[in-house]
Amino acid sequence: MDLPDDDQLTQQGLALNAPPAPLQRVLLIACGALAREILDLIARNGWDHMDLTCLPAILHNHPERIPQAVEQDVLKHRAAYDRIFVVYADCGTGGQLQTVCERLGVGMVAGPHCYSFFEGNAQFAANAPDEFTAFYLTDFLVRQFDAFVWEPLGLDRHPQLRDTYFGHYTKLVYQAQTDDAALTAKAQDCAARLGLAFERRFTGYGDLEAALAGVSVI
Amino acid sequence: MSEDQDDIILADLDDEELVQQMYDDLYDGLREEIEESVNILLERGWQPYEILTEALVAGMTIVGKDFRDGILFVPEVLLAANAMKGGMAILKPLLVETGAPKQGKMVIGTVKGDIHDIGKNLVGMMMEGAGFEVIDLGINNAVDSYLDALEAEKPDILGMSALLTTTMPYMKVVIDTLVEKGMRDDYIVLVGGAPLNEEFGRAIGADAYCRDAAVAVETAKTYVAQKHNQAAMRA
Repeated sequence: MDLPDDDQLTQQGLALNAPPAPLQRVLLIACGALAREILDLIARNGWDHMDLTCLPAILHNHPERIPQAVEQDVLKHRAAYDRIFVVYADCGTGGQLQTVCERLGVGMVAGPHCYSFFEGNAQFAANAPDEFTAFYLTDFLVRQFDAFVWEPLGLDRHPQLRDTYFGHYTKLVYQAQTDDAALTAKAQDCAARLGLAFERRFTGYGDLEAALAGVSVI
Repeated sequence: MSEDQDDIILADLDDEELVQQMYDDLYDGLREEIEESVNILLERGWQPYEILTEALVAGMTIVGKDFRDGILFVPEVLLAANAMKGGMAILKPLLVETGAPKQGKMVIGTVKGDIHDIGKNLVGMMMEGAGFEVIDLGINNAVDSYLDALEAEKPDILGMSALLTTTMPYMKVVIDTLVEKGMRDDYIVLVGGAPLNEEFGRAIGADAYCRDAAVAVETAKTYVAQKHNQAAMRA
């Protein structure tokens, strides 16, 4: 930065020129199910000052363990970063994750879960009265369907339980983050295995990009 | 537990062995074996209530404990519940005939916007096993559905279930409506579901949050006993 002469400093002072400050480091602590999408957004937007660490995505199936796992990661990394942002929504924690984040002074993604923020929280909420019989899968969950749905529910061992779990559902909505014909076919197969109608809905990254953009500048 | 199943002839076991075998068969989710064992015990002169409590409920209690301890998982619990249902289906009409002791009455249902009923069904089944009459409203219940059932059935307990963070606040809508109508103190309100916790239960004005079916049964018994004691004090 060039130092202006004394007259200018006397009369006009020193205007703040962009960039106002050197970029500071931001750490994203995310669900592993969001890693690809977040890394893509970081690359696309040139958020080179953002680092990403992910908790195991399978915590999706054990939401009661998420708040403690997030807290441990925040405490582990907070000294090395200027800002930490938790890339989880409530994700079935019943408000517990929000309580932890507020206590730690870190932000998190708004909304009930990734199905909601991928679709856009407002739109998802608007759809809810007509769509509460929908079972949602994202790109990641389609790829990991067996590990996240089929096997944990014991359907590989006890297929007769399928309707106990899914008897009240009417359709599987594949919320596509990308255009991928193979993944769409796999999602369609997931619906067939669950005995549900199939709908593909392209969501892109929904509210996720705006949430990350909001924390990209310190 | 079930490796030697093929070698066991249930009718050859004495009562004690048979009940132990029923615990194993419940644990392994063997519905047909449970049905056969229930019929054997009935033929041997056991009272339906004895079979229910000493064999089925006791067996499911083991399942419940191992679920809580992370030894069994949801699929196995569902299979065990299905086996218990088989036994209950035989015993239910007989329990009515023989006038088994009644602990109380419960209306239970999953809240509006929520179709998840696995936990609710387990609670309902274990409550029945514990001697409660259970009126199951099913899934997706709006306030009016609960109110109509409460007025028609006059239960001791209202049970509400939700699996979703987005639907669990509806429990408060129901409780607030009960308060508005001056009906809240007429019922014990128990709530449950994966995203709930004790703090939430307190915050919405429920009497108790129940983390699983076994806790629901114990909590229900405790509150019903208190309610009856209070009624006796007032009398």
